[in-house]
Amino acid sequence: MNARRLILIAVPYMWLLALFLVPFLIVLKISLSDTALSIPPYTPTLDLSQGWEGLKAFWAELDFENFIFLTEDDLYWKAYLSSLKIAALSTCITLLVGYPIAYGMARADESWRPTLLMLVILPFWTSFLIRVYAWIGILSGEGYLNQFLMSLGIIGEPLTILNTNTAVYIGIVYTYLPFMILPIYATLEKMDDSLLEAAEDLGCSRISAFWLVTVPLSKSGIIAGCFLVFIPTIGEFVIPSLLGGSQTLMIGKVLWEEFFSNRDWPVASAVAVILLLILVIPIILFQRNEQKQREAEG
Amino acid sequence: MAQATKPQRAKAEAFAPWQDASTRPLIEFRGVTKRFGTFTAIDDISLDIYAKEFFALLGPSGCGKTTLMRMLGGFETPTEGTILLDGQDVAGVPPNRRATNMMFQSYALFPHLDIAENIAFGLRRAKIPKDQIAARVDEMLKLVQLTPYRSRKPHQVSGGQRQRVALARALARAPKLLLLDEPLGALDKKLRQETQFELMDIQEKTGTTFVIVTHDQEEAMTVASRVAVMDHGKLVQVATPDAIYETPNSTYVADFIGDVNIIEGAATPLGEGRYEIHWAEGATPLIGTTDEALATGAKVYLAIRPEKVAISTENPESRANAVPGTVHDIAYLGNISTYHVELANGAIVKAQTANTHRIARRDITWDDPVWLSWTDTAGVVLTR
Ligand SMILES: Nc1ncnc2c1ncn2[C@@H]1O[C@H](COP(=O)(O)OP(=O)(O)OP(=O)(O)O)[C@@H](O)[C@H]1O
Ligand SMILES: [Mg+2]
Repeated sequence: MNARRLILIAVPYMWLLALFLVPFLIVLKISLSDTALSIPPYTPTLDLSQGWEGLKAFWAELDFENFIFLTEDDLYWKAYLSSLKIAALSTCITLLVGYPIAYGMARADESWRPTLLMLVILPFWTSFLIRVYAWIGILSGEGYLNQFLMSLGIIGEPLTILNTNTAVYIGIVYTYLPFMILPIYATLEKMDDSLLEAAEDLGCSRISAFWLVTVPLSKSGIIAGCFLVFIPTIGEFVIPSLLGGSQTLMIGKVLWEEFFSNRDWPVASAVAVILLLILVIPIILFQRNEQKQREAEG
Repeated sequence: MAQATKPQRAKAEAFAPWQDASTRPLIEFRGVTKRFGTFTAIDDISLDIYAKEFFALLGPSGCGKTTLMRMLGGFETPTEGTILLDGQDVAGVPPNRRATNMMFQSYALFPHLDIAENIAFGLRRAKIPKDQIAARVDEMLKLVQLTPYRSRKPHQVSGGQRQRVALARALARAPKLLLLDEPLGALDKKLRQETQFELMDIQEKTGTTFVIVTHDQEEAMTVASRVAVMDHGKLVQVATPDAIYETPNSTYVADFIGDVNIIEGAATPLGEGRYEIHWAEGATPLIGTTDEALATGAKVYLAIRPEKVAISTENPESRANAVPGTVHDIAYLGNISTYHVELANGAIVKAQTANTHRIARRDITWDDPVWLSWTDTAGVVLTR
């Protein structure tokens, strides 16, 4: 192996090391520490001036106490489960909403496609936080939605949507929809129309041609989109805390409370480490899908 | 002589439904026009294709062959006119309800299915029992010689193999009408000939009607019962392969099928369909025949195939037409040689001879003065 290749490989690995592995090791270290009334609020802290003895003493103080604590209080595993459930359900809803949109875009006249693509990306031009606040204005008791429905006479009493799980689902689907649409659109747009003609020629109706040809050919886009929604949703914090109510249990919110309200950095770090371990599985599956797709194309 | 023509005539009598007014065509195009925007791809075509025919569409790129096929398959609707399949107007009948299968020019193989599954696709839709599907797929794979590749994906096989998969997939359902858009273009000569014979064999066994697009005139000559030559969305001539070759109706067809010499001139009737053609100042007029009645001085083209022109060093007095010239070029093609002979007026006429002698013993060479000669019935007199 020559030096040039070594450098080429080293650069991305250094990058990963600096931006992912080092912070992770720091978090892992904090999760093994104990809370303390100091700055930073945990012990031990690494003091290299003590030399070898100091390092040994430091090592001896690390333990799995916080992880054991997580298993003792049922709040945590309930929060993990609830997060997984909310993430899975909102991924399904986003897929159901996003697929027809992506399909419509891919079928649209070629001259229209850049405009449609632009419209999908448009929300990113304003701050995510502002858009979530806008939903408060829409969904609240006196919000636009209730006003609109009451003026039409469809409902007599305002609906309580804000501060419920429904509002969380609406917020998540709204926020992550582009991440679902874009990869599906990319696979559908590449698809050759003559494949559908061939399917029809061989005896398929339009609908069965869709299920037998279009859907399998957009499979990699569907999988990519689902992961792009599912992975960040599990750890989502802003949407459940702004739109959700007290009964909305999500691990991101728990983590935030441990960290800022309780100032219990070690437990918060332990929550984060477990969350990361949970996420590693779908991330690996996601990478596998991407690789398989690249191979199929290559 | 009589013996040589006999089987030919017997065959013609056995299968020439287009000559029999009582036979109902399988496909009828009636004044069909297809426009894409302002562009006319198919221009007022009327055409009958009969059951069990092997009908070849021939024409330059972009003349509308694929468009014609796609209208039969149900992927395009005519802008004007009607298409009847088995006497039924097919307007509004979707492709999956038509008793046709099409092999697409782009193959359109399903990339997510392997080769055996691609071939089985149409069979599965037809609700055939599983074991029959498997048997049929095996049969098709064997036919196109792809059995070892059955579990590969389309992107893992070569272009010619992909073409054979597309062919097998279209053949698998054994439809009443098969539309093949350049089915053999990517195959090497040997495989192509084998497949041509397989197609003819299938046709004989199953009685399927074939409409086939080809760029290869030899292929059209070999397999077709009739050939349609197209140009700019119009049919120029529809006839049997030998009629297209021997009696083309225009210089366009003559030029498109095979090699031809075209000599322009003015006609003078000699009676009984014989005409004198004045083609160059001071030169002896040429003699040609046609069934058409032509006025004196009418502009005509004499089309003669190179293999019907004899080349010699002496003037062969016995032939109706003989013109002097000098050898401009000789193309040696192994079994035959083509002599490019320049006439006094600068025109080049090609003459072809079989190389029965070794090349070293050839007695005519570059710049030799020679005589070209042919009989009065060898050429065709055309008016356009
Ligand atoms: N969907 C379409 N929109 C506009 N023009 C079209 C369309 N399909 C075909 N054409 C035009 O119609 C003409 C005939 O096309 P067609 O595909 O039938 O040609 P072809 O004879 O099959 O040619 P080739 O031998 O190259 O396959 C072409 O000039 C083509 O550009
Ligand atoms: Mg074509």
